[in-house]
Parts: sequence; structure tokens; C-alpha cells
Amino acid sequence: MAIFVYAENINGVYKKAAFEAVSYAKAISDKTGDTVTAVSINPNDSSDLLYKYGASNVINIKDDGLKNFSAKAYAQAVNEVANGNIIVFPHTTDASSVAPMLAIMKNASLITNALEAPESTSPFQVKRKAFSGKGFMHAKADAATVIVTVSQNAFGIKENPVSGSEEVKDLAVSNEDTKVLSHEQSSGKLDLKEAEVVVSAGRGMKGPENWGMIEDLANTLGAATACSKPVSDIGWRSHTEHVGQTGKAISPNLYIAVGISGAIQHLAGVNSSKTIVVINSDPEAPFFKSADYGVVGDAFQIIPELTQKIKALKG
Amino acid sequence: MKILVCISSVPDTTSKINFTADKSAFDKNGIQWVINPLDEFALTKAIKLQESQGATVTVVNVGDNTTEPVIRKALAIGANDAVRVNFEPKDSYSTAKEIATVAQNGGYDLVLCGKESIDYNGGSVPGMVAQLLNQPFVNACVGLEVNGGEATAVREIEGGKETISVKLPAVIAGQKGMVDEKDLIIPNMRGIMGARTKPLQVQEPTSTEVKVEGVSYDSVPPRAAVKMVSPDNLDELVRLLHEEAKVI
Repeated sequence: MAIFVYAENINGVYKKAAFEAVSYAKAISDKTGDTVTAVSINPNDSSDLLYKYGASNVINIKDDGLKNFSAKAYAQAVNEVANGNIIVFPHTTDASSVAPMLAIMKNASLITNALEAPESTSPFQVKRKAFSGKGFMHAKADAATVIVTVSQNAFGIKENPVSGSEEVKDLAVSNEDTKVLSHEQSSGKLDLKEAEVVVSAGRGMKGPENWGMIEDLANTLGAATACSKPVSDIGWRSHTEHVGQTGKAISPNLYIAVGISGAIQHLAGVNSSKTIVVINSDPEAPFFKSADYGVVGDAFQIIPELTQKIKALKG
Repeated sequence: MKILVCISSVPDTTSKINFTADKSAFDKNGIQWVINPLDEFALTKAIKLQESQGATVTVVNVGDNTTEPVIRKALAIGANDAVRVNFEPKDSYSTAKEIATVAQNGGYDLVLCGKESIDYNGGSVPGMVAQLLNQPFVNACVGLEVNGGEATAVREIEGGKETISVKLPAVIAGQKGMVDEKDLIIPNMRGIMGARTKPLQVQEPTSTEVKVEGVSYDSVPPRAAVKMVSPDNLDELVRLLHEEAKVI
């Protein structure tokens, strides 16, 4: 058996989710006794970063035709080099678009959103997210080849240094189906799904002009910002920030919800956060029942004060 | 232009999710079923293309006859006709295979779907359908225009957006942004009456092969009781987060 893992990079830089996926593949290999081979497309980062988490082989695909992302072309490229029984992907937007196409190419079982190391590797069985955070499913693969996508921030990053070797593969996969017309990416802004701390706010903020204090708190914590569905529906914040059942599902270590009442649809997107803090002026807000820590009071006073106190703690 | 919209029938977003006593399956008792909210964005986009470009819109659902009210709702929203593949979906692969067969036979220019269903959260069916049809695939679509044999799609990427042109036929999976929430169509009485006589064709599945089985299910364990902190004592909140939860 051979274990492969897709190490996703953005503009050549490995994503945190790539290290998590490699850590996950390494945990499987510790059970099966196989080696882990990481596959990456046009990376600039050093392969040392992948050896550190347990990949003992790294295949770097060099292909000018793959400069721009195409789910189909990327799946074809991975299909050419990843000949293993188990192929691990991070459950990012791009990787989770590639995995289903690869599953058809390889006639493989695909299990998405895995939360833990597999319960068994033969047959492959793993606990996964289901019902939008309202339940868990133990899924078993029936095919000989298994592709598994790892839910972000669930398994965690585990250092496991090995000595590794790198192989560069020149491929010429053609992508004639899609063409990139424009690309806007704000660098420096923390990715919501990768963030370890998220500060989120709802209609209790009364208007988009009041988000400065939310951003200050987020900056102090090194956190990403998020919002509730009504806030994105009114257009106070971009829908890319909407967390909840029909928005993004996130699992940060710390989720701070300000002025969000905690509808069941909102909880579905955030209740796998490890620690939840709820700040709301309404003591009856249902979110308090699903929180670890709660403060009843005026956010406009609490947030700036809390920001100052955290700044003091961090020195 | 012919558009196929894939819809899944899922528990209403307010549903409490329970499992059967032996934990082997989702307990459907007392559940209200709705069109998967992410599919509804795709359906609304298709209806907009029907209005602006004279496209015909077919909805496809893989499900047993209990999904018919949800299919009728899609017809009331404005789809021209519907196909139901008479098979309770067991996994993403078996669902994708049936949808791909319907898409192949119908010769559609565009297959639209939500990027995932809110029940099993596989997020796998659209990409599988694309590969089974050997067509390009765009995921996480938040904006779409169609011009002749080409579509311009905006897709969400980490920290931004990318606009791409895609040759049709193609499979595009969308989410909120493909249309705005306020543009979602609530069926009127005329739509509801008309939906009763629109064609709904029932087909038998081509195979029942599955590749993944749901062995058992667990509910989410409740959190420990919340610790309330006075707004006059935020030092205590900072202390708890630092020393007890160890998250800052």
C-alpha cells in the first residue's frame, strides 16, 4: 500500500491545511507501516516543510499549463502521479473540487470532511462531519482505493520530522476548458477556514459602520472576522464572511460571537469550535446555551475594553 | 439552451437532527423537507436564465416518491419539467451516476447544482457528475453569466474571487452569491397550480452500486454549562480564556 497526500499551495506557498493533511496521512501510515508521498503542483516552498510533518517523498509537478486552477486539469495531474490505495486531501475549496473528479478517474471511494484518524484502514472507516454540524457519520469505504478529505482545523497539525526526498515531474496537462479572466485575492487577510481564532458579529452591531471595534479585537487576537447570515443578507458584510448552515462551517479554537442570537442555522456552522464566547445584550439569547463563556451586556462598551485587556495580556 | 438543475430534498434548516435507536440511520420522523438551500440558489439562477435567454429548465432529483412535494415546489418556482430517479440515494457516487445518466440522455448545455447538500455534506456529487460527463467543473460559484457556448463564472477562492470563462457544456456548483438571498423566488398561487400539471417523469436507476456506506451515526454531545462573566469583570474573562481554555 502507498499513501499519497495532496499538499495544496496558494501562489506556491503551502497552506496550513496542506500540513494538516500531511499530518493526517502520517497518522494513517503509522498504522499501516507505509510511507507517505506528498504531491504538489507548482510549489515554490521547500519540500523540507512537508518532511517536517511526515512526508518522506515529495513529488513536485511542474506544469505551466497548471498555473491557473482547474479542478479537472488538477485532478488529471494528480491522477498521473498518485498511484496509491489511500489519497488524502485537505477539505479546502480547491482540493474538495479536485477530489470528486479524481474519485471517478480512480474508481475510488470518496469520504469527505473526515474529523479524526480512521477507525480502521482495511476496510477504511472514519468519523466525518454530517448534517451541517448537527451530527456525525461513521463512513466505510467499499472500493479498494480510498480518497479522504480532511476537515480543516479538526485533526490538527502534528510535527513528525522524517528525512525525505524530492522528485520533480514535468507534466503537460492541457487545460482548454477554463480560462482565468481576473483574479482578486487580498493577501495578508487571514483565511476564515484556517483561522484559529474567529471574531464574529451579528445584527446587534446595529450597522456596518460599527465593525471597526470588531476588526480591532480580531487584529489584537490575530483572528479572522466572520458574520451571521442576516448581516451578509443585508449587505453589511461580504457573504464570504457568512458562517452557518448555508455559509461556511468553521472549527476554530476560539469563536467569539458578538450580538448574534444563535439561531440553530448559525450554530450548525460554528458549534465544532473548541471554545465559544458569546457576548449579547439579551440574557435570553439562545446562543448562551451553546457557549462555554458568556457575557450579558453592551457590546459597544465590552468589545473595546476586552480588546485593551487582551492587548495588555499579550504585552 | 437546456439547463439541468440538480435538487436534493433535505431536512428544513430549523430541524433537530435525531438518529434511530440503533444509530444506524437518520430518523426522518417529524421532519419537514425542503429544497437544499444551496440548490435553491442554482435553481433561481436557472430561472433567471430562462427569463433572460429563453432557456428551458429541467430539475432532477434522485429519491423515492417522498421527495415529490419538493420537486413540485421547484416546478412552482418555475422549472419547465422534472425527472425523478426512483432510488433513495445511498452515497455521492450512486447519486452522481444517476444524475450523469439523466444529463447525458438529455443533452444539456449546463448542469447547475448547489455545492453541497446540508444533510450529508458530501460536496462530492457536482464534481463526480462533471467527471462522469467528462465536462469542465466550476465549484463554489458566486456569479454566473452565459453567452452562447460560453459561461463567465465567478468562483470563491480563499481570500477573494476569481472570474473564469468556461466552455459549455459544463457543470457548475453554486452557493449564495450566484443569486442574492432576496432574489430567491417564493412560488405564487399561479405557479403552485401550474406545477401540478407540469411533466414529472419517473425513471428507474441504472444501477445501485455504492462506494461508501454510512455505518453508524452520532449526535453532537452537549457542551458543559456556560460560565457567565459579569461585563464589569472582563479581567476574569481574559483569565479564563488564557488559563482555563488556553486559547489566547
